[in-house]
Amino acid sequence: MTNSFNEFDKAKMFLVIGSNMTEAHPVAATFVKNAVLNGAELILVDPRKHRLADFATLHAQIRVGSDIAFLNSLMHVLIAEDLYDKKFVNSCTIGFKELTETVQAYSPEMATGICGVEPELIRTIARRLAAVKPCMLCYTLGITEHTCGRNNVVSTANLQMLLGNMGVECGGVNPLRGQNNVQGACDMGALPNVFPGYQKVGDLTAMAKFEKAWNVDRLPGKNGLMIPQMMDGLVSGAVKGFYIFGENLANTEPDIRKVEHELASAEFLVCQDIFQNETTRFAHVILPAAAWSENDGTFTNSERRVSRVRTASPPPGEAKPNWWIFKQIAKRMGQEWESDSAREIWDNELSELAPSLHGIKYARLEGNGLQWPCPTEDHEGTCFLHKDGAFTCGLGQFLPVEWTPPAEVPDADYPFVLSTGRRLTHYHTRTQTGRCEGLNDLLGEETADISLADAGTMGIQQGELIRVKSRRGEVLVKANVTREVPSGMVWMAFHFREACANWLTNPAFDPITLTAEYKACAVAIEKIEN
Amino acid sequence: MEISLIINGHVFEFKPGQTILEVAEAHDIQIPTLCHLKGLTPTGSCRICVVEVERARSLMAACCTPAAPGMDVKTESARVVSARKTILELLLASGNHNCGLPGSESGSWSDFQLRVQSEDGASELCPAWGDCRLQDLAFRYQVKANRFSNIPSPYLPEMKNPLIVRDFSRCILCGRCVQACNEVQVNRAISFGYRGKDTKIVASGDGPLFQSECVFCGECIQACPTGALVEKKARYAWRPADTEKIRTTCPYCGVGCQQWLHVRNGRIVKVTGVENAQPNRGRLCVKGRFGYDFIYSEDRLKTPLVREENGTFREASWDEALYLVANRFKQIIADHGPDALAGVSCARSINEDSYNMQKLFRAVIKTNNIDHCART
Ligand code: SF4
Ligand code: SF4
Ligand code: FES
Repeated sequence: MTNSFNEFDKAKMFLVIGSNMTEAHPVAATFVKNAVLNGAELILVDPRKHRLADFATLHAQIRVGSDIAFLNSLMHVLIAEDLYDKKFVNSCTIGFKELTETVQAYSPEMATGICGVEPELIRTIARRLAAVKPCMLCYTLGITEHTCGRNNVVSTANLQMLLGNMGVECGGVNPLRGQNNVQGACDMGALPNVFPGYQKVGDLTAMAKFEKAWNVDRLPGKNGLMIPQMMDGLVSGAVKGFYIFGENLANTEPDIRKVEHELASAEFLVCQDIFQNETTRFAHVILPAAAWSENDGTFTNSERRVSRVRTASPPPGEAKPNWWIFKQIAKRMGQEWESDSAREIWDNELSELAPSLHGIKYARLEGNGLQWPCPTEDHEGTCFLHKDGAFTCGLGQFLPVEWTPPAEVPDADYPFVLSTGRRLTHYHTRTQTGRCEGLNDLLGEETADISLADAGTMGIQQGELIRVKSRRGEVLVKANVTREVPSGMVWMAFHFREACANWLTNPAFDPITLTAEYKACAVAIEKIEN
Repeated sequence: MEISLIINGHVFEFKPGQTILEVAEAHDIQIPTLCHLKGLTPTGSCRICVVEVERARSLMAACCTPAAPGMDVKTESARVVSARKTILELLLASGNHNCGLPGSESGSWSDFQLRVQSEDGASELCPAWGDCRLQDLAFRYQVKANRFSNIPSPYLPEMKNPLIVRDFSRCILCGRCVQACNEVQVNRAISFGYRGKDTKIVASGDGPLFQSECVFCGECIQACPTGALVEKKARYAWRPADTEKIRTTCPYCGVGCQQWLHVRNGRIVKVTGVENAQPNRGRLCVKGRFGYDFIYSEDRLKTPLVREENGTFREASWDEALYLVANRFKQIIADHGPDALAGVSCARSINEDSYNMQKLFRAVIKTNNIDHCART
């Protein structure tokens, strides 16, 4: 996030796109709702009428995967009606001309054919955005989990720059991160192309710095593989040994049948986890790890805030902290690492190596933590980025993008769009929430959410068992007939193995980020005749 | 322009718009409150915060009376104390407040205790014992519980919800839960229902919470000053006196809410939000508040496991498992090069774990094949 949660209840305008915040980020949503009760406007862009829609001033119920057409059309109107922020565009950005050329084609009359939103509503939204500033744009995986995910992200940034909503309090582009420490895992360099602190692999200065710090020679200079490439490699034989730490890939990746084939192909698979799960079935070695409250450490939330995690009770049996396990393997492969606690790792190593974390030390994290960038120990941290239009690489660049449809769209055989996500009560594959007393009582099984209209046409009753199938698999699942989804759409989560949406989802990926298109594939639904 | 008032003989400046309560709190003068929920519009319903204002005819509720220049306020005068005592006596008589308060000389106390315990299905004092504002105030003002005869609640406790117990017999109708639900979390699940002596906090259609709009965030429990709302999992498992509070960060979504872990005998027995903390300001959702006990599951992995030829797993020592992993990795590197190894880190685990994992891959194995589910 460029901005922070504590700006939410002061904001006057929100554009929330592809984010079911009340379920996926419930506490963040409470601040948005507070703002709305205090008079802020909320523009919701989402195929579903989920709970946040009750609070929306305007709701553009776009078709799944049409975000770019919709956003380009907003920009078309802003430019055509001369409503954009000229001062910001002129002084802080480049590429405006190219943007204008691209969005030229996306008149509301043209875009409506793609996104299904009435031209008048598109115009109204553009005008409201121009009238009330700044606006906080928030998105979640509804933007990223598409084959055009990267372009979706770029579009949201284009819009906010055009409106001059960057570098200001209560503005910005704010992805709410799905998992508690996705931000942190990225910051730590658990990515194939960057070292900790986003220093590029292959950059000679960065390489030299890490070689010296880690006391090794010749760090590898070429970018590594991303998860889908690793999985392919298991089958092709390019990857022989695979180390999975804390992920239940067998349920979380698209097309479970394919994923399980890939996992089964591993010559040597190590799983490090707190429970056995569907993925550990394929392991050759399983290493027992300490969980959340059995460790001292830090998490970094969506707003770049580093907060402490503290030990409440010891791990069971011989389970060990994860950092300890990695250190022990390193030792048995010939390297002694000095740091011997999370605190030593942070204070003595990684904060020294990552410039944006340089000023953050455990001693400073007792209260509310610190938001990076925090370059020095007397720096108070950073609530919002790009202050006064200062982008990290100079001027903000407009990157105009064209709309592209999802990789798989409905057809005669598979006439529905399946979109997937999370529900409030559970988290991912339920390895944790499924083992908490009471949570299964609130939500004990998966459902396929379908519209009243489709249920009516097909004669499907609330709670009736139906078959949902795609080109990759099928599941039997109870129908949940709801006003939340529009007709033509099925919505499911991946919390329960039995009717996990990932038996159906499409392993098609964004060509740059390799994010899978969890949000769109084609399915058919069938009544089960008995 | 400076404006000031007098509280207990001291002169304090204040800003226009501040209430008497806010001015007092800003100067560490404690005025008791029950119904007032910080940051929200005061409802002024409980009147425990009354203070005496010179020249005013009646006592004024500090939480909803604006401070005015020249006001002369007494927060603990004899009139104030006597009014607070009466309020507390009435509240204590209004339900099953069996926290063993002083003044139980009449023989009916044990009958009362026995009735309450049978209604609670427990042989303990109130589950909020030690964490109840009403109890605290009763002690502070040395209130005897037997001035008014006890009026049993017309409503049975609601035990059938997952996670939350609603015990109407201990509800003082302060309305904090209603504000927490409607104005803080804005879930709009509960409100005041019925009238007069039948007044009750109701969810839609006066059904149980699990059949209402309630999303089980538990904000109402955190707001409740008495034992009327308690966490089912913490009921009788928790007493503040022998519980340690440890601050930590929620393990679920990317909001990163700050939590208090209440730890008793080495076990987390309940979780609450850290008031005034960034980013959540005391709030939690259902996962953050109730999703902690997985760590004590019997299914936890407790030793390293190694797969046998026949596909079953057997227990192994750390030494065996670590050497096995290191040796197989070395072999793969020798046979196929470092890029034949790949690793996926965990986006739920602490930073230091991810740091060490990428270091293992880069510095030891010598490959950049390290990723995590950054995109999901
Ligand atoms: S349940 Fe608790 S918070 Fe709600 S009105 Fe009763 S005493 Fe007050
Ligand atoms: S309490 Fe809920 S909203 Fe807060 S971090 Fe945890 S899962 Fe997210
Ligand atoms: S706290 Fe002031 S009236 Fe209740």
